[in-house]
Amino acid sequence: MGALMVIFSLQTKQRRKPTDSVEDELELSAVRHRPEGLEQLEAQTRFSRKELQILYRGFKNECPSGVVNEETFKDIYAQFFPQGDASTYAHFLFNAFDNDHNGSVSFEDFVMGLSILLRGTVQEKLIWAFNLYDINKDGYITKEEMLDIMKAIYDMMGKCTYPVLKEETPRQHVEVFFQKMDKNKDGVVTIDEFIDCCQNDENIMRSMHLFENVL
Amino acid sequence: MAAGVAAWLPFARAAAIGWMPVANLPMPVAPAEKNKRQDELIVLNVSGRRFQTWRNTLDRYPDTLLGSSEKEFFYNEDTKEYFFDRDPDVFRSVLNFYRTGKLHYPRYECISSYDEELAFFGIVPEIIGDCCYEEYKDRKRENAERLMDDQEDNKDAKLPNMTFRETMWRAFENPHTSTMALVFYYVTGFFIAVSVITNVVETVPCGSAPNQKEVPCGERYTVAFFCMDTACVMIFTVEYLMRLFAAPNRYRFMRSVMSIIDVVAILPYYIGLVMTDNEDVSGAFVTLRVFRVFRIFKFSRHSQGLRILGYTLKSCASELGFLLFSLTMAIIIFATVMFYAEKGSSSSKFTSIPASFWYTIVTMTTLGYGDMVPKTIAGKIFGSICSLSGVLVIALPVPVIVSNFSRIYHQNQRADKRRAQKKARLARIRLSKTGSSNAFLHSKRNGLFNEALELTVKEHRLRKSTSLIESQHHHLLHCLEKTTVSRNKHFNHEFVDEQYYQQSYLEAGLQNYPSRSPSLSSQEGMTGTCCTRRSKKHHSPLPNASAPAHMQPLTHTHPHKQGLQELSTIHIQPLSTSRSSLNMRIDEPAPLNCQSSQITTAVISIPTPPVTTPEGDAHLPAGPAHQNVVKVSAL
Repeated sequence: MGALMVIFSLQTKQRRKPTDSVEDELELSAVRHRPEGLEQLEAQTRFSRKELQILYRGFKNECPSGVVNEETFKDIYAQFFPQGDASTYAHFLFNAFDNDHNGSVSFEDFVMGLSILLRGTVQEKLIWAFNLYDINKDGYITKEEMLDIMKAIYDMMGKCTYPVLKEETPRQHVEVFFQKMDKNKDGVVTIDEFIDCCQNDENIMRSMHLFENVL
Repeated sequence: MAAGVAAWLPFARAAAIGWMPVANLPMPVAPAEKNKRQDELIVLNVSGRRFQTWRNTLDRYPDTLLGSSEKEFFYNEDTKEYFFDRDPDVFRSVLNFYRTGKLHYPRYECISSYDEELAFFGIVPEIIGDCCYEEYKDRKRENAERLMDDQEDNKDAKLPNMTFRETMWRAFENPHTSTMALVFYYVTGFFIAVSVITNVVETVPCGSAPNQKEVPCGERYTVAFFCMDTACVMIFTVEYLMRLFAAPNRYRFMRSVMSIIDVVAILPYYIGLVMTDNEDVSGAFVTLRVFRVFRIFKFSRHSQGLRILGYTLKSCASELGFLLFSLTMAIIIFATVMFYAEKGSSSSKFTSIPASFWYTIVTMTTLGYGDMVPKTIAGKIFGSICSLSGVLVIALPVPVIVSNFSRIYHQNQRADKRRAQKKARLARIRLSKTGSSNAFLHSKRNGLFNEALELTVKEHRLRKSTSLIESQHHHLLHCLEKTTVSRNKHFNHEFVDEQYYQQSYLEAGLQNYPSRSPSLSSQEGMTGTCCTRRSKKHHSPLPNASAPAHMQPLTHTHPHKQGLQELSTIHIQPLSTSRSSLNMRIDEPAPLNCQSSQITTAVISIPTPPVTTPEGDAHLPAGPAHQNVVKVSAL
C-alpha cells in the first residue's frame, strides 16, 4: 500500500511540471536595452563625446542590462546616505528621471536628466526641480506634495541628527517654503511663482551653480 | 562605498539640485578638483602578463596598494608601466575586485598563496563576496587545523627546563619521545595482551584427569593464573599511579575516559582480594570478573584507530539513536502481529510479545536461526511479510539513513555557520556604514577646524588628504545638512554620531535649549561651536589618528559673553582626551596632554558657567556639568 501511494504521488508530480516550465522560460528572457548612438545623444544633450563615454561606462557597469529599475535605483542612492532612509526620495527622483514613465530608467533618460542638471540653464534646472516636487505632474505644487518631499528629505537624514528631528519639523519647513514661494496665497505654487521666487533668492541662485563642475 | 556606486556619485550630486530651492541656508563650497586630468589607461605588468585598466578604476579603493600612491614604487620608467613580480592568476581576482566591487576566491587557488597576494595588495579578505566566502573560510579553517597539527608534532622537541613530572607526562602521552617511554609503552602493551589472553584461556577446559569431569584451566591451575593476574594488576596499578602523578591536571585526568577504563580494569582484582570466601557475594564477584575484559580497551591508548572509531561513534550518537528507534518500531509492530497470529496455535513458542521480539529480530536481519518458527497459516504469512520487509527495513534504509543523516548533519553545521557568518556580515556592513558616516563627521570637524584656522595657519599637516571621491561625498552630505532647517531658522540639522544623538535625545526632554550652528562663517555673527559632541566617551576610533581633535574655535570675542578669557596659545588634544577636558572645570588644573601631534594657534575662550541668557547668538549648553573648556598650550 505504501508503494501504491508512492507511485501515485510521483505521477501527480509529473503532471504539474509542463505548465511551470513555460512560465519560467518567459521570465528568464531578461530585459535588455541598447541606447541610441553616440552621435544622437551628443546632439540631444550638452555632453561631449568623452563625457558620454565615461557616463555610459559607469552606467553599464552598475546595470549590465542597460536599464535601471526602481529597486536598483533605490539601492544605489541609499549607499550614499548610510544613516537615513533614502528610499522615498529615491522614488521621487526615479519618477523625475523616468521621462516616459515606463518604470525603468534607460541610459537616455539618465543622460537627459544629467544634461539638464549639470549643463542646463538655471531656468531649466528650476523647471526640473519643479517637476520633481510636483508629484502628480499637474502643474501645481500643493502643500501635501511638498510635505511628502520634505519628509523624504528629512528621512534621508536619519535618526541621529542634532537637534533631534521632531514630527513637525518638515511641516514647519513646508510652511516656510510656502510663505516664500506662494505669492498669491492660493495654497499652491505654480511654476511661474516658483521660478520668479527662486530667481529673486540669492542663495538659491548661487547654489544652482554649485555642481557644474561635477563631470 | 562600493566601487560601482562611486561611478554614480556625479549623478547623486547632480540630483542634489533638487534640494536647493527648499534650502534656506547657503550651501557649502564644492571641493575643487585640482589636477583634473582625463581618464587614462594604465598598464599593470604582472610577471609578464599585461593588464590594462582605467586609472579611475583603481582609484576607487584608495586604501589599497593599487589605489594609493604606493603603486608608484613599482613604476618602471623605461617601459612606462607598473611592474609587479607576483602571481598573474591571483592578480586576475584582485583586479576584478576593482572593476566589479566584489572579491571572488578562485577555488583552485591555494589558500595561503591567495592570502599572501591579498596581503600584498592591501586588500582585506573579509570583503570576499558571499558567493565565495563560505568556501574561503572552510579552506582557511582546514589549513589552520593542518598547521596546528604540524605545530603539535613539532612540539616534541624537548624544551630545556622541564620538570621531571612534565617529562613523565610527555613520555606517557607520546611514546616516541624517548627510549624509556617506548620501552614502557611496549611493556604495558605486552601485559595487557597477556592479561586478556589469560582471561580467555582461564575458561578453556583443560585436559582432565581420567576420572574427573572437564574443568576449565582456571580451576585447574589456580595458582598460576592467580600469579599471572596479580602480576598484570600490579603493572597496571603502578602505571595508573604514575600517570596520576604526572598528570598536569589530576582532577581532569581522573575524569577522562582512559583513566576510568584503567580503574575499571584493575578494580575487580582488588575487590576480589577484599571479599574472599564470602558465599553471598561470590556471585557478584563472578560478575565482576567480566569487567576484566575492559582491559582490552586499554589498547585504545596504543591504537589511534580505536580512538578515532570511538570519537566517530560519539559524534554520530544522535543518528544512531534514531536508527535504533525506527528499528525498534518495526520490531514491536511485527512482534505484536506475530504474537496475535500465533496465539491460537498450541505449543507455540510465541508465549508473549517480548518473546516474539527475538523471532522478529532474527527474521528481519535475515539470520533465521529456526529456534522459533510460526506454525499457523496466518503466522507464516506474517512471518514471510516480516522477513521481506526486514530486507527493506534494514538493508535499504541503513545506507540511506546513514547518508541522509550525514547530509543533515552537515546541513546543520552549514546553517550554524551561515548564522554565524550572517552576524559577522551584518557587523561588517554596520561597520562600513558607521565608518563612512564617521569619516564624514570627522572630515566635517576637520573642515570646520581648518576654516577656523584661516587666521593663522601654521601647519598644513593637519588636513589629512582624503580622496577626491570622499571629499565630494562629504560635500554632498554637507549640502543635505544645510537643506534641513531647525526651529530658529538660523541653524540646521547635522549628522551626529549615535552617542551624541542619544544623549541629546535625553536632554531634549529635559531642557529646551536652543540649537547651535556648526558653521563658523560669521553670517549672523554667531560663534560657531563645533563642540556639539558633548558625550563623554568616543566609541569608535576614527580612522585618521593623526588628525587633531575637534576644538571649540571662536573667531572673535563676543560682546554678549561675560567673563571671556582669551588665551593666545592653543593646545589641541587628541580626540579621546578632549572630551574629558570638555567636562573639566576652569579651576581644575587640567593635565596637559603632551601626546598631541599638531600645533596651531587659535583663539579660544572659556565661557562662564551656565549662560542663561539665550539672547544673542552665542548659545552654550546649559547643562550643569558641561563646561566648554579646551585647555590649550603651545607645544
